[in-house]
Amino acid sequence: MYEKEKDLISAFLRGEVDRRGLLKGLGAAGLTAGTAGTLFNMMSTEALAADFDWKAHSGKSVKLLLNKHPYADAMIANLRAFKDLTGMEVTYDVFPEDVYFDKVTAALSSSSTEYDAFMTGAYMTWTYGPAGWITDLNEWIKDASKTNPQYGWDDFLPGVKASCAWNGQPGGALGSEDAKQWCIPWGYEQNNLSYNKEMFDKVGVGVPKNLDELLTTAAKLTKDVGGGVYGIGVRGSRSWATIHPGFLSGYANFGQKDLNVSADGKLSAAMNTPESKAFHAKWVQMIQESGPKDWSTYTWYQVGTDLGAGASAMIYDADILGYFMNGGDNKMAGKLAYAPFAANPAASAPTPNIWIWSLSMSNFSKDKDAAWYFLQWASGLEHAIFGATKMDFVNPVRASVWKDEIFRERLKKSYPGYVEMHDISAPGAKIHFTAQPLFFDLTTEWAATLQKMVAKEVPVDEGLDKLAESINRQLAEAGLG
Amino acid sequence: MASVTQPGARTRGFRISKRVLPYVLSLPALLVCIGILIPFFSAVVYSFQRYRLSQPWARQFNWGENYLNFFTDPGFWNTLRVSLLYAGTTVILELLLGLGIALLLQRRSTVNNFISIMLLLPLMTAPALAALMWKLMTNPGFGILSYFASLIGLENFRWASSPDTALLTVVLVDIWVYTPFIMILLLAGLRSLPTQPFEAAALDGVPRTFVFFRITLPMLTPYILTATLFRLLDSIQQFDIIYAMTQGGPGDTLTVFQVEAYLNFFQSTNVGRSAALLIILWAITYALSNVFIKNWLRLRERARGEA
Repeated sequence: MYEKEKDLISAFLRGEVDRRGLLKGLGAAGLTAGTAGTLFNMMSTEALAADFDWKAHSGKSVKLLLNKHPYADAMIANLRAFKDLTGMEVTYDVFPEDVYFDKVTAALSSSSTEYDAFMTGAYMTWTYGPAGWITDLNEWIKDASKTNPQYGWDDFLPGVKASCAWNGQPGGALGSEDAKQWCIPWGYEQNNLSYNKEMFDKVGVGVPKNLDELLTTAAKLTKDVGGGVYGIGVRGSRSWATIHPGFLSGYANFGQKDLNVSADGKLSAAMNTPESKAFHAKWVQMIQESGPKDWSTYTWYQVGTDLGAGASAMIYDADILGYFMNGGDNKMAGKLAYAPFAANPAASAPTPNIWIWSLSMSNFSKDKDAAWYFLQWASGLEHAIFGATKMDFVNPVRASVWKDEIFRERLKKSYPGYVEMHDISAPGAKIHFTAQPLFFDLTTEWAATLQKMVAKEVPVDEGLDKLAESINRQLAEAGLG
Repeated sequence: MASVTQPGARTRGFRISKRVLPYVLSLPALLVCIGILIPFFSAVVYSFQRYRLSQPWARQFNWGENYLNFFTDPGFWNTLRVSLLYAGTTVILELLLGLGIALLLQRRSTVNNFISIMLLLPLMTAPALAALMWKLMTNPGFGILSYFASLIGLENFRWASSPDTALLTVVLVDIWVYTPFIMILLLAGLRSLPTQPFEAAALDGVPRTFVFFRITLPMLTPYILTATLFRLLDSIQQFDIIYAMTQGGPGDTLTVFQVEAYLNFFQSTNVGRSAALLIILWAITYALSNVFIKNWLRLRERARGEA
C-alpha cells in the first residue's frame, strides 16, 4: 500500500524531486493532505534514521525550559516525531517571556540539574557562557560519532550562526576562529518596517526610504489618518530591549557603534560622537512627534498589538512581530505589508540588528549526549521545514528553508513584501552590539537616557555625554575599560 | 519468677533535667532564627565582594568598595531619594485616607460592616495584578481614567509614562491597594476604645473637633503607629507595582531600592552590588523600625502610667 507514494517521498528526501513535484505527485495519487502528511513524516523519520543511530539514547529522558513562543509551539507540535525517531522521552516547562529569563538565571546560577536544554537569546549567552553555565557545543557539532552526517551545520545562515559564537573576550568578534558555540540558532528576527497599507494609501504616502523620510511620513500619518492613530511604533520601556530592535538597526546603518575596542582590548563608550548625537536627536524627535503617547512603557508586545489593532500605522521593529499581526484575530490582519529599511540615505543596504531565539545546553545537564540528540533534531532541517510550512516558525535560520519554494510562496501570498524584505536585509543582518559581559547594564542605562531625552529632561548632547561618562566608569570598575 | 520494676525506671532515660528543659523548648525558635540569619549573613558577605556571576574568575573580597562606590554614584542618591519620597508620600496619604474612612465606618451597623468588607477587596488583589489593571485604565488611548482626565480638561495626560506624573500614578495604585489595610487596623482600634471618655465629653457638650484631637487621636496613636510602621516597612521595599508599571522609568524617576537591586541581580548578575543595596535598605528599615517601636513603647508606658 502506498508504495508509489513512498518512492516519491524517498526521491524527494534524496533531493531528486523538488517539493512542488512531490506535492503534485501526492495530489495526483489522490492522497488526502492528512494521509500525505503522515506518510511524509514516516518517510522523513526513516530517512533521518538511515545513516545515524538515533536510537542510541532510547529510553532516556531530557527536560527543557521553554519560553511561550510560536517557535516553542511548533516544536511541541512535532515532538512525537522526535520521540518516534529516538525512543527518548521529552518533558518541558513553559514560562511567559516576562519571567522566562529570570527563571533561566535562577536555574543556571543555582547549578540546577533539572533542565538539560533551554531556549535563549544570543545576548544572554554573553552572561551564561563566561559564568560556566552552558556548554560549548562545538564538542558535539564536530564529533562525527555524535552528530548526524545530514545535520548540515553549513546550512545555517552564516551571520546568524556566527552571532551565537563568542570567544569570551570582552570586545571579541562574534564567530571568530577561537569562538565557542554557546547556542544553536533556531529562529531569528530582523528589524525592518511593517506598515498598514490601507492607512498609507488613505493618506497617500509612500514607504519611507531613510530616517528623514521616516520622520516626515510618520508625522503625516499621525496628523492625517485620524481616529487617534499614531505614525510609528517603537519600543520604549526602561530595558535593553528598547535599544536592540529598530533603534540599533538604524544606528548601525550610520556606521555608529555602542563601544570602541582598543588594540589592547580595552572598551570605551562610543555613543557620544557627533554622528551618534545627530541620529539620537532625530530618533527622539520622531517619538515625540509621532510615537505612542505612553512610549516609555512600550515593550514588543504593545508595539505589535497596536499595529494589529490599527492603533499605529507602522512599526520599526522585529519582522516576525509584523508577521504575527497580519494573521489570527487581529483587526488589521491582511492589511499589513513589509519593507526593508536603510536609515542612512548613503547606505547601500539595511543593517538590521538581530534577535536569535536559540537553543543552549545546560552545563549541569545529567546527560549531555542525550540532550545533544534533542538539540540536533530540534535545529535540524526536517523540523525547520515542518515549522516553516505547517506552523509559524518564521524566520528559519537555515538557507535551504529560505530557498524552499513552497515556503516562499506561502509567505508571498499572505505577507506581501516579506520575502523581498528578508532577502534584501539578510546580508547585513547580524548582532551589531559589542559582545561583553556588561551588555544588560549598559543597554538598560542607554534606554533610560533615551527616555529622559524624549521626556525633555535632558538635551540629547548632554544626555549622551553623561551616558558615555557613566559607561566608561562602569567599564573601568569591571576591569574592562 | 516475676521481675520487680523500680518505680520510674522505665522513663529515666527520657527525663530531661530542669536545667536543660528551657534550652530544649527554645530549640525550634533557635532553628528558625538560624534559618533567617543564614541568608542575611550570606547577603552581608556578598555585599563585601566583587561578585558578578558573569565573571566568576574575578570574584574576590573588595571589602567596602561596593558601599563606597554608592557614595560617588548620583544614581544611588536618586534611588535613596525616590525610595524615601515614595514611602513617605504613600504612608501619609494612606494614613489620612484610612483614618478618614475608619471614622466614617466607626459606628457598628450592617451597612458599615458590609462597606468595610467591600473596601477590603483591593487588599485581596495581588499588587502586580493591580498594577497591570491600572496600566490599562491609564492607557492614554483607551483607558477609562484617561477618559475621565480628558473630561476635566487634561488631554493627553501621560500617567506613568511621563516623569512629571509617574510617581503620582504609582502612588495612586499603592493607595488603592493598601489604604484598606490601614482602614481596617484603625477601625479595629476605634471600635476597641473605651466608651466612658466619649460619653463624658458628650455630657459636657465638648465640641467634636476637640474630642477628636484631644481624646480619639491620643488614644488611637498606638494603632496609628503600628499601622504606619507596617506600611512604611512595606512601602520602602515596594517592587511589584513600580516594576510592573514602569520598570523604574521613565529615565530614573522610579528606580527605588528593590527595582535597582532586582535589575542588578537578575539582569546584570551583579550579586555584590545587589546585596549591598539590599543591606543599605535593611539598615534604613531597621533604623525606622527602631524609632517607631521606641515611640510605641513610650506611649504604652504612658498609657499605663509608668512614664
